[in-house]
Amino acid sequence: MPPVNMSDSYDRGENVCVIGAGASGLLAVKNLLELGFTVDCYERETGVGGLWNWRHDRSPVTATTHLISSRATSGIPDFPMPDSWPDYPDHRQVHSYLERYADHFDLRRHIWFGTEVVRVRPLPGDPLGRWQVTTRSTGGGTERTHQYGAVVVANGHHWSPVRPDYEGMDRFTGEVLLAGAVKDPTILRDRRVLVIGGGNTGADLAVEAAQRAAACWHSTRRGYWYVPKYLLGRPIDQLNQQLVGLRLPTRVRQWLTQRTLRLTVGDLTRFGLPAPDHRIGQSHPIVNSQLPYLLGHGRLTPVPDVARFHADEVELVDGRRIAPDLVVLATGYQPRFDFLEQTVLDPDPAGRPQLSLHMFTRHPTLAMAGLVQADTGVFGLVHWQTVVFARWLRLRQVSPGRSAGFWSWVDSQRGRRLHDTRLLDSPRHWFEVSRDRYLRMLERALAQLEVDR
Amino acid sequence: MIRIVRRREIARPVPPVHREVRAAAPVPADDSPSGGASDQQRPPLLMVPGFGAGAWVFAEHWLHHAADRGFPAYAMSLRGHGQSGSARRATLRAYVHDVVQVAASLPRQAVLLGHGAGALVVAQALARYPARAAVLAAPVLGGFSLLGRALLRNPLGTAPALVGGPLRLHHRQLFSRELPTEAAAEYARRMGRASARAQWQLLLPRTLEPPVGEPPVLVLGSPHDPVVPQAALTRVAQRYGGAPLLFPGMGHALMLDARWREPIDAILDWLEKLPHPGGGRG
Repeated sequence: MPPVNMSDSYDRGENVCVIGAGASGLLAVKNLLELGFTVDCYERETGVGGLWNWRHDRSPVTATTHLISSRATSGIPDFPMPDSWPDYPDHRQVHSYLERYADHFDLRRHIWFGTEVVRVRPLPGDPLGRWQVTTRSTGGGTERTHQYGAVVVANGHHWSPVRPDYEGMDRFTGEVLLAGAVKDPTILRDRRVLVIGGGNTGADLAVEAAQRAAACWHSTRRGYWYVPKYLLGRPIDQLNQQLVGLRLPTRVRQWLTQRTLRLTVGDLTRFGLPAPDHRIGQSHPIVNSQLPYLLGHGRLTPVPDVARFHADEVELVDGRRIAPDLVVLATGYQPRFDFLEQTVLDPDPAGRPQLSLHMFTRHPTLAMAGLVQADTGVFGLVHWQTVVFARWLRLRQVSPGRSAGFWSWVDSQRGRRLHDTRLLDSPRHWFEVSRDRYLRMLERALAQLEVDR
Repeated sequence: MIRIVRRREIARPVPPVHREVRAAAPVPADDSPSGGASDQQRPPLLMVPGFGAGAWVFAEHWLHHAADRGFPAYAMSLRGHGQSGSARRATLRAYVHDVVQVAASLPRQAVLLGHGAGALVVAQALARYPARAAVLAAPVLGGFSLLGRALLRNPLGTAPALVGGPLRLHHRQLFSRELPTEAAAEYARRMGRASARAQWQLLLPRTLEPPVGEPPVLVLGSPHDPVVPQAALTRVAQRYGGAPLLFPGMGHALMLDARWREPIDAILDWLEKLPHPGGGRG
């Protein structure tokens, strides 16, 4: 632990505080250490891995979760996943991968487990932009405050579920579970299951239920593109990266992809799904080969959005009534930064922080790590985010003159979306990026952060 | 300039292959008071042989010597070499992939040691894996001048490589005269070959990407190495901001030559003096 100090604030000098030891936090710790910074990382659980640490109560991972991006596009750039692993590793493998990463780079001795961050405040009137970070043991205990030169927020965005408020839900006599609570898919056996939510978690759980339950309905608000995991015998994200490499105009690429999906996955409206109301890429991709297959086997009934709940029935927006005895809410997650005051993040009217490059806040010494969703795995993106931030902190130390120039560039990029296509205006898409466009932006940032040694 | 978009790596991943890795566990230093702690601090050392050689060239002497001095030591064979799976059409990229895969599989952040063309593989792997440190021994970083030199010294062994045949070094290129001729000839006979594609790629001029993680790099070799001239050693060392350590009188195969002990001791001394990474806690 940082040395015990009786005064209310202990000065940790130029040290950097990292909040969270999930994938993003670990990447931040490793890349900051590499540039010579001293790091204190606070983790509320007792192990590393964040959302992949599936036994803890906030993990959204279920027993059958597998990656939806392939091994090659999912790994950490300077610590690849073993090439003996399957194309789509499961969540246990991903967790062991993060644990090995922590051991390989000897990160655990910089992490304070079982410690949660309660408050992060700018040090009043400090010209260097330092921070006061207040922590305590998870769930209670004495609060302690330390001062840090910089803070990396890597607290994840898959732990606070969005709970929809349907009319009459409180009167419903059946069971209602959040997706993350379905740790063991055998609880779906012989039940009559309604899965609400068209995201990847919803699709995964619908597939689980379709194979085990007595009846399964899958409720989505709109039609989606269901992308298979394999195409032409290869993981589809690898093919897609090859397509991206051709540098075709986005519309042409979308047309090609949609055409290919029509030819391979086919027309899903004949199973009762609505046709997609958007071009591919305008919402986070749903990668699921089994869902169309099980639709074809009649194991799964697609239904529209829920209108209201009755005592033992659910009424749909088209007036139909169905009678599930288990409702699973896979209605997404929202990022939360309870330890930060609203003004620190400077949110827009809709409450979203206005970031630059999806990482820089208005404070030069406060950055977000991992607040991105992409068309491939995100570990690679977050790795470079944290490298950019570490190099930025170093440039601030060695060359204040040049750092002003960099910061005005960062400011000029604020609020700019780094996605190839206009996204559906759905609140969950505000941190969606296109891998290539985003990495090229980070590459530009790194080029400006080079320091002669 | 750091390159971060590596489309080929993710769009066309290198296929997996069985890789031979030999390991020697370190001997704990019981007599020193900080015995257990020093074992913790010594990073694993991964040795990468050059074209044609396998893990065995290090298993002869260096592997166990490093372990005796307290380093967890590993030696690997690139695909198509030693006991690793065959790979006739392997490219340099596949060799680099092999090194990065083995390095990432080790329990701790590793030191990469490459010999001969293995030093080129290591130098490229440094852009993909943040090594604790790197050692380039008698580095063959490629180029046409090397070919000319090899053709003059050993036309019969070199010429077949021009048409995709194996590149064979004569035992007098590999070893000094201090090593008995029978032993030298036997070692030379055990050498295999790299793939024709990788041999061709060795000729291409290239600029090396900067290493990630800013590792310290040690370059060493012999001024009497018939394969790598001293000027080349100096050039490589300058590239990494230092001067080469020289071991006069030795041949190209530093790890098998009669005085194999001198270079490995110098390497281990250098590693022991490296500052510890990450600092302390709190």
